[in-house]
Amino acid sequence: MSIAGHLLGGVLVIPAVAALLLAIIPGYRVSAQLNVLASLLTFVSSVALLRERPEPGLYLIVDDVNVVFIVLSTLVGFTTSVFSAGYIAHELEVGRLTPVTLRFYHAMYQGLMAAMNLALVANNVGLMWVAVEIATLTTVLMVGIYRTHEALEAAWKYFILGSVGIAMALFGTIVVYLAAQAVVGEGPEAMAWTTLVRESGAFDPALLNLAFVFLLLGYGTKVGLAPLHAWLPDAHAEGPTPISAVLSGLLLNVALFALLRFKMVMAGNSESLAPGPLMVTMGLVSLLFAAFMLYRRADIKRLFAYSSIEHMGIIVFAFGMGGPLANFAGLLHMTLHSLTKSAIFFTVGYVAHAKGTQSIDKIRGLTHSHPALGWTLLLGTFAIAGMPPMGVFMSEFLLVSSTIARQPLLAVPLVVGLLVGFGALLGHALQMAFGEGTGEPSGRPLGYVPAFVHLGIVLVAGIYIPAPIVAWFQEVAALLG
Amino acid sequence: MTTALQFDIAHLLAGSLVLVSFMLLYQARMYALLNLFALHAVVLSLSVAWQAYIQDAPHLYVTAVIALGFKGVLIPVALHRIVQQLHIHRAIEPVVGVGLTMLIGIGLVALSIGAVIPVTVASDSLAREDLAFALAVILLGLLMMVSRHNAVSQVIGFMSLENGLVLAATGAKGMPLVVEISVAFSILIAFIVIGIFLFRIRERFDTVDLRAMDEFRGERR
Repeated sequence: MSIAGHLLGGVLVIPAVAALLLAIIPGYRVSAQLNVLASLLTFVSSVALLRERPEPGLYLIVDDVNVVFIVLSTLVGFTTSVFSAGYIAHELEVGRLTPVTLRFYHAMYQGLMAAMNLALVANNVGLMWVAVEIATLTTVLMVGIYRTHEALEAAWKYFILGSVGIAMALFGTIVVYLAAQAVVGEGPEAMAWTTLVRESGAFDPALLNLAFVFLLLGYGTKVGLAPLHAWLPDAHAEGPTPISAVLSGLLLNVALFALLRFKMVMAGNSESLAPGPLMVTMGLVSLLFAAFMLYRRADIKRLFAYSSIEHMGIIVFAFGMGGPLANFAGLLHMTLHSLTKSAIFFTVGYVAHAKGTQSIDKIRGLTHSHPALGWTLLLGTFAIAGMPPMGVFMSEFLLVSSTIARQPLLAVPLVVGLLVGFGALLGHALQMAFGEGTGEPSGRPLGYVPAFVHLGIVLVAGIYIPAPIVAWFQEVAALLG
Repeated sequence: MTTALQFDIAHLLAGSLVLVSFMLLYQARMYALLNLFALHAVVLSLSVAWQAYIQDAPHLYVTAVIALGFKGVLIPVALHRIVQQLHIHRAIEPVVGVGLTMLIGIGLVALSIGAVIPVTVASDSLAREDLAFALAVILLGLLMMVSRHNAVSQVIGFMSLENGLVLAATGAKGMPLVVEISVAFSILIAFIVIGIFLFRIRERFDTVDLRAMDEFRGERR
């Protein structure tokens, strides 16, 4: 096998082996360190994939579209594991987790990483489906890990809705295979992305339409699009905070990535229905719905979970609009949202520890009692709300301006949604940051490093994006059609 | 054997699966529901075995055996024990009345035939009718999940939905990974069942009725 083949293997095998090891190792300190080490190694091999790419096979592929998703995914996986090491020690101290559940947690964490990487590198729609399903399972188990009423309810709801979504996606996958099989013949060829995208012009458009509706509903449930989002806030609020960060930052992206791949297949067929209007509608509905829902949130993690729905709506809207500029904005927004939202959840995890509650009403005066925490939370909220000069502002600005140029009427609800969400997030954040402080001051400066790294990247991206990255984004945006 | 007969038998088996799905919809007793689900799985495994035979695809026999052994025997037995231990054998409260549910079910079958048959003119007739039946089973499973409040019958609804997916996958000629997908699904179901059992949803929530769980949610009152 070539070096590149080993690297690709590393992205999949390192987390899988680590998951098995972590299931055996009893000591939580060692396993937390091993978790960080495995995530770091996975990240390193994914970065190396940028330079050395293996030949695409029938089952696995590394191409322009997925390579940066892999790097982003493993980067956030790594920083989250660093955050998780500190966070988990506290959970053990207060007795919310036991050493046994912790061992399970670490094993599941690496299992999730392996499944997500597999979903990203899969060149076979069936294999990708299996990987997304495994990723769902591991997160369900982690959401329910506290075993409280709320956690079990959230896990159950996530389980049932996620399973239905995944079932829909499988039906769509089968129909895509039927469409491909008539053209390229039976066998694994007819399920490979590369073949699907190349040959889709000859597929039966009616079959593709049927398939896409199911795929949009199915993977859309996993993305958290509005009528199908019910699992998302609960799962974010009741699970351990590192898992909320991974859910928002990575798993939603993986599901969206699957949708994008299928959208490319649809785009190759001129007679099938344009996926754009469907995606624009679902995106706008999610954005507006979530933006208004943001106002009445009482729980800090739920607040940012709704903000994830809002941003997924923006991203799906951008890809639905299509064209080089909107796709570019969508990709940029997807990347920046991952980084910002996971940074926010890192901070929120510490806030909940420092104040002993997740209730927004009981969190006051953070900048007085915990200056570092308070300002980081404020900075993160500014970033996610789209305040200049943070990167999210850039991508939103690009999206709005390209929408105004092409469909001025669609820009109205888009801007309304953005502003409403902006106001809600800022209102809540200011409330929590200022006022009479409560709780004991405490410092854990090292724990802030992952959040600072993420927010730093987002800030830099708002001012200057290196030319190679811009070139890559443009290339992929053109591929997406 | 003539192709017409092969076709008829495949048709008969897939049609029976839709029929059993309908029967699942109006069951009022938990044990009857479990037995019917076992029947659903047996019909599915016959259907899959028949597809394996006429498509000359030996790997599909594995899927048939999984359907028979796992979903036809193991899962119903496990659920029987859960129902016994949690004392919920009488409690099925449909949200919507039986008559209305059946009417909606008929509508869904018409919808799936109306949606699939016209778009699959180019495919061979066996695959297209199989697909229509499979979609009907999937939609009926969904209907069952939304028309029941109780966790065990929701799981049965989900499993019947999944049987429809396996039917669709085996009907698509030469589709790779069918066995792998059915194994992945079995793992998923095993987790659900173990989940109900381990977390003792009844013990935690006093009832497996999902409405009761909704009340624990912080914000929506």
